[in-house]
Amino acid sequence: MTDATGPLLAVDGTPLKRKLAQSLFRSRARAFGLALPLLAFIIVVFVYPILDFLGRSVYDARFATLMPMTTEAMADWDGTSQPTEAMADALVLDLVVSKKEKTIGKVATRVNRELSGTRSLFTKTARSAAKFESPFMAALIEKDKDWADLETWQAMKTASRVFTPAYVAAALDRKMLADGSIVQQSEERRIHVKLFWRTMEISFLVTVFCLILGYPIAYLMASLPMRTSNLLLILVLLPFWTSLLVRTTAWIAMLQAQGVMNDLFVVFGLATEDDRFSLIYNKTGTLIAMTHILLPFMILPLFSVMKTISPTYVRAAKSMGATDWTSFWRVYFPQSVPGIGAGALLCFILALGYYITPALVGGQDGQMISNIIDFHMRKSLNWNLAAAMGLIMLVFVLFLFWLYDRIVGIDNMKLG
Amino acid sequence: MKKTTLLLASTALVMGASGAFAGSHTGSITAVSWGGAYTVSQIEAYHKPWTAATGNKVVSEDYSGGIAEVKAQVEAGNVTWDIIDVEKSDAVRGCDEGLFMEIDPTSLPNGADGSSAVDDFIPGSFTDCAVANIVWSTIFAYDSSVTPNGPASIADFFNPAAFPGKRGLRKSPKANLEMALAADGVASADIYDVLATDEGVDRAFAKLDTIKDIVVWWEAGAQPPQLLADGEVAMTTAYNGRIFNAVAGEGKSFEIVWDAQVLDVDMWAIIKGAPNADLAMEFLKFSTETEQLAAQASYIAYGPARKSSAPFVTTYHSNADLDMGPQMPTAEANLATAIPNDFEFWADNADELNERFNAWLIN
Repeated sequence: MTDATGPLLAVDGTPLKRKLAQSLFRSRARAFGLALPLLAFIIVVFVYPILDFLGRSVYDARFATLMPMTTEAMADWDGTSQPTEAMADALVLDLVVSKKEKTIGKVATRVNRELSGTRSLFTKTARSAAKFESPFMAALIEKDKDWADLETWQAMKTASRVFTPAYVAAALDRKMLADGSIVQQSEERRIHVKLFWRTMEISFLVTVFCLILGYPIAYLMASLPMRTSNLLLILVLLPFWTSLLVRTTAWIAMLQAQGVMNDLFVVFGLATEDDRFSLIYNKTGTLIAMTHILLPFMILPLFSVMKTISPTYVRAAKSMGATDWTSFWRVYFPQSVPGIGAGALLCFILALGYYITPALVGGQDGQMISNIIDFHMRKSLNWNLAAAMGLIMLVFVLFLFWLYDRIVGIDNMKLG
Repeated sequence: MKKTTLLLASTALVMGASGAFAGSHTGSITAVSWGGAYTVSQIEAYHKPWTAATGNKVVSEDYSGGIAEVKAQVEAGNVTWDIIDVEKSDAVRGCDEGLFMEIDPTSLPNGADGSSAVDDFIPGSFTDCAVANIVWSTIFAYDSSVTPNGPASIADFFNPAAFPGKRGLRKSPKANLEMALAADGVASADIYDVLATDEGVDRAFAKLDTIKDIVVWWEAGAQPPQLLADGEVAMTTAYNGRIFNAVAGEGKSFEIVWDAQVLDVDMWAIIKGAPNADLAMEFLKFSTETEQLAAQASYIAYGPARKSSAPFVTTYHSNADLDMGPQMPTAEANLATAIPNDFEFWADNADELNERFNAWLIN
C-alpha cells in the first residue's frame, strides 16, 4: 500500500509518466523523420520561392542600393519643395558610379516605372555625368530641362523607398505619390480592379455551369450499374487526361466563325452565311472552353460523394409518401452537398488562376487577371507588380477558404 | 589500394577522352530564336554552313519573345542559352538590365565589298550588346481570292465602311499606334513626334476606336496567316515574312500592302554568363557575314542588315522564278511611306503605353 502514494515506476526505475512521454516522442520523431524529406522538398522548391517572390510585391531595393548617395540625400526631402543642391551633387556622383558599374540601366528602368519617359533621361545624363562641373543642379538642367521638373525628382523619391506599398497600390489601380499619399489612377488607366471583378465573374459562372452540367452526369453515374457507370467514368476521364492545349485548340476549330458549330447553325438556318455568331475570341469562348476543361473537377468529387449515398434513404422517403422531387430535394440533395462544396471550391479556385485558355480564346473581353500577371512577368518584366497582383489573389483565395470553412466547414468537404 | 588505382585509372581515362574532345576544337552552342519558318531560315543560312566550316554544332531552341526567360536564367546563375535572337527594344532593355554581353561592332568582319562592318551595316544595327541580322516589318495583308479589289492604303484598313470584315491586329500598342496615326493622315516622318504628345496618343487611340469592335487580336507571328486562311478576318497586320512564306510556300493568294509598314530589326545578343560565350561570339560573327545574311534572304523575306548583302540576294530557295529583291521590306518601292520603328521612343514609353493599351482593351 505504501507504494500507492509514490509515482508509478517502470522496470528501470524511471517514472512511468516520463517513460510514456519518451516513447511517444520517439514515435513522433520517427514519423516526423519519415515526412522530413517531403517537408524539406516542399519548403525548398515551393514555399521559399513563393514567399521570396511575394516579398517583391513590397520590397524593391534596386534604387536604394544602386543610388545610395541620392537615396540618403533625398531621405529628408518632403517631395514638394524645390530639390536641393545637395541632392543634385549626390545624384551626379551616383550617376558617374552607376555608369562605370553598368548599373544605370536598372536604375533608369526602375524610375521609368514611376514616370514614363525618364529612362533615356537617366542613360543620357549618366553618359556625360563624369564631365559635369559644379554647381551640379545647373549642369543637370543644362543637359536636359527635365531635371528642372519637380516630377522627375518625385519619381526618384518614390523609387528610393525600399519597403514600398507602391506595387500593391498599383495592382489596385492606385498610385503612390512622392509624399507617401496614395491616390486613384486616372480613369483611362484603371484596369486591375475591373479585371479582378471579371476574373471572379468568369470563375463564378464557370463553376455554376459546371455544377449544372456535372450534377446530372454524376447522379447518373452513381445510380447506374457498375458496368455502365465505369464506361461513363472513362468518358469523363478521357478529356481529363487530354492536354489542356489540345482541348483549347479543339474549341477554336469548333467555335470560330468558319468552324463546325457556325456551319451547323447556318445549315439549320439559325445564322446566315454573312452573319455568323461570335463564339470565340470573347467572353463566350472563355466560358465555353473553361467550363469544358473544368467539368471533370466538378464531376469526380460529386460522383465519389454520391456513390456513398445509400439508395435506401430515398426509398424510405418515397415509401412514406414523398414525391420524386421531395425525396430528391429533401433527402438526396442535402447528402450530396459535401460533393458540391468540394467540386465548386475546386472549380472556382482553379478557374481564378486560369491563364492559357483565356489567353488563347479570350479575345479582349475574355481576359483574366492571370493574363495581366503573365504580361508583367514575360513582357514588361515588372515582376514586382506581378508579385503584388499574385499577393492579392492569394489573400483572396485564403479568404474564400476561410469563408468556406465558416459556412460549410472544411471537414465537410469530400474529394473522394 | 587496388580500388584507388582503378579509380585513378578510370579518371585518367575519362580525362584523356575529354582532353581528346577538347583537342579537336569542336563544341556546341545553344541558339535561341522565334521558331517556324524564321528559325528554318537561320538553320539553313547560318547553322549548317557554320557546322560545315568549323565542326561546331548549333542546338536550336525556340522561344516566343521577351527577355523574361533570359532574366530568370541570369538571376538564378544557371544560364543554359548562349545566343538569342531578340527585338531591338528587348536588346536595349536586356543590355540595360545587365543580361547581355557587350559587343564591339568594330570586331565584326568586313563586308564582302571590303567596307568596314560599322559602315556596312544599315544605320541602327548596333546597340551596346547586340548586332542586327535582319530587317523585318509589320505590314497588313488581305486575301485577294476573297477580296479581289482589296485595300491599297493604311487608311483603307481603318475604313470598315468601304472594306467590311474583321481586322487582325497584334495585341500590343507597338506598330498599331503608328499605323493608326498614319491612317489618320500623319506623315511617316512625324509619327513619333505626334505620338510623344498626350494629344497624339489620344488621337491614335481614337483612330483605333473606330475599328475596335471588329478586331481579332493576335500574339504569335504564326497566327495572322492562319486567321486570313480561315477567313476569320478580312485583313490583318502581320510580319511580312510570315505572309510571304504563306504565299511562296503554301500557295496562298495573300497580298501585302506596304503602305505605312513599320520597319524593325532583329538582333543577335549573347547572354551574360553563357556557357559557350566565346563560341557564340564566333558564331555571331560568322552568321552576320555578307554571304550568310544574303543566303538567309532566299528562305524568308526579311532584309539582310548588311548593305553588302544586297547584290547577293537572289531567288526563293525552291522557286528560281521568284525574285526575292522586291519582297524585301527594304526594297525601294516598299519604302515610300515606311515608318522606321523608334526604339528609343518605345524603350521610354513602352510601360506607359502598354498600360494605357491594356486598359483601353478592357474598357
